[in-house]
Amino acid sequence: MTYSYAFLDEATKRMIRRAILKAVAIPGHQVPFGAREMPLPYGWGTGGIQVTASIIGRSDVLKVIDQGADDTTNAVSIRRFFARTAGVATTTHTAEASIIQTRHRIPERVLQPGQIIVYQVPMPEPLSRLEPRVVESTKLHALADYGLMQVRLYEDIARHGRSASAYNHPVMVNGRYLMSPSPIPAFDNPKMDRMPALQLFGAGREKRIYAVPPYTSVKSLDFEDHPFDPIRAPHPCAICGATDSYLDEIVTDDVGGRMFVCSDTDHCEERAP
Amino acid sequence: MSAPLMQATGLTLNFGRIRALDDVGISIWPGEVVAIVGESGSGKSTLLRVLSGQAQADAGQVLYDGQDVGAMTEAGRRRLLRAEWGFVHQNPRDGLRMAVSAGGNIGERLMAQGNCHYGNIRKSAASWLQKVEIEVDRLDDLPRTFSGGMQQRLQIARTLVTEPRLIFMDEPTGGLDVSVQARLLDLIRALVAELGLAVLIVTHDIAAARLLAHRIVVMRHGRVVEEGLTDRVLDDPQHPYTQLLVTSVLAA
Repeated sequence: MTYSYAFLDEATKRMIRRAILKAVAIPGHQVPFGAREMPLPYGWGTGGIQVTASIIGRSDVLKVIDQGADDTTNAVSIRRFFARTAGVATTTHTAEASIIQTRHRIPERVLQPGQIIVYQVPMPEPLSRLEPRVVESTKLHALADYGLMQVRLYEDIARHGRSASAYNHPVMVNGRYLMSPSPIPAFDNPKMDRMPALQLFGAGREKRIYAVPPYTSVKSLDFEDHPFDPIRAPHPCAICGATDSYLDEIVTDDVGGRMFVCSDTDHCEERAP
Repeated sequence: MSAPLMQATGLTLNFGRIRALDDVGISIWPGEVVAIVGESGSGKSTLLRVLSGQAQADAGQVLYDGQDVGAMTEAGRRRLLRAEWGFVHQNPRDGLRMAVSAGGNIGERLMAQGNCHYGNIRKSAASWLQKVEIEVDRLDDLPRTFSGGMQQRLQIARTLVTEPRLIFMDEPTGGLDVSVQARLLDLIRALVAELGLAVLIVTHDIAAARLLAHRIVVMRHGRVVEEGLTDRVLDDPQHPYTQLLVTSVLAA
């Protein structure tokens, strides 16, 4: 059996490209689109795959990461999916990739102009847990009425002494739209600001696409006297010794042994002796 | 005398065959407390909703500070509702965020206006908590750990923190026991005098109206049947319905 190029039929890809163009034109604004059934379940990156399928061409080089790693099940199977259906070259090297599909991380290596990073998004609406009514949250976006989000930050600081969101920390895009950065660690938020690469976000279950064009300002929400201050585990990487990368904590035995290693496996391999 | 802060004329609203408002006119001047009294179903709360822009009348006009509220954009109305107006609900659960601490509740309107300094927000939340006679150490407690009277006072603090010019109150003392009611009325009276607020208060409690209001508007079947200074209306009621209302008040 033969599939259409990159699995989706051409009409669907055109529909998704239109949504992407609109999303790029209104940075941070969520554009609804008709998400299709994909050959893997919701929550496994169906939104990201549909975005990637709509923009990928034969000369592209694809990298897929899951929590920073190139070798996890999700990353391997999505990479193989596009190798089979689109016949594209794949890579694990950030520098070589033209499209990077990611779940929950931004690579440590600074992305370059011309690269595209596609985020898999479980919940695109940053206000969802504060305002249950979709109609109302749409209105709040339209009126840029974001006091509610600030209330959540206030609550975090009042209860925990600091902003408690270690991941999915809400951002203001281009000074206008409040946006969920997808569940990347707060550590990665500053990388989104004025990034030279195009950032696309796809949420398959929620049927939303949004985008941040290159060199757009992305500011993490905070208070003047409690500036945004992401957490990084205070250790060097046990493999490559990096002191400036985001670390995973790995339990090594059942007597409390643990090690901290780079979450970005490509970054770590490049640096390791 | 200066122009009224809010002036409504010819308000009419039908719910199907039921006439909820029938050619209602009402004015309120800065610093004035006006009570709307009447039995259940007389259109009091509907009038309040129409005046505050939460419902649209079939006919008639509401002017606030010279602007037509009905012709405003949604953005303009919301800006008024969070900056210049306040709404105190009968049930504090409708006006408070129950999953957010007392401090967060009070600070919400400040943050909605773009205030981004945690320390300042917290300071004014604490001072408002004191003004409504709640211990400052309850600042980080959730409203559901508060008694009914305290929740209502918290709702008032949350509404007044941005120092609005006009407050709508829908039966603010409903559902509270008598001694708590008395304290709340005292508090409202003191704050209104201190801040020079204009208040439109809907109540079926004649005694509360006498205590708080400068003027009384009596409604029945969606119509204003009598209107005047509080003491005049209550001591010398003209309309038969007002006479009935005044004589039905139970004396302790």
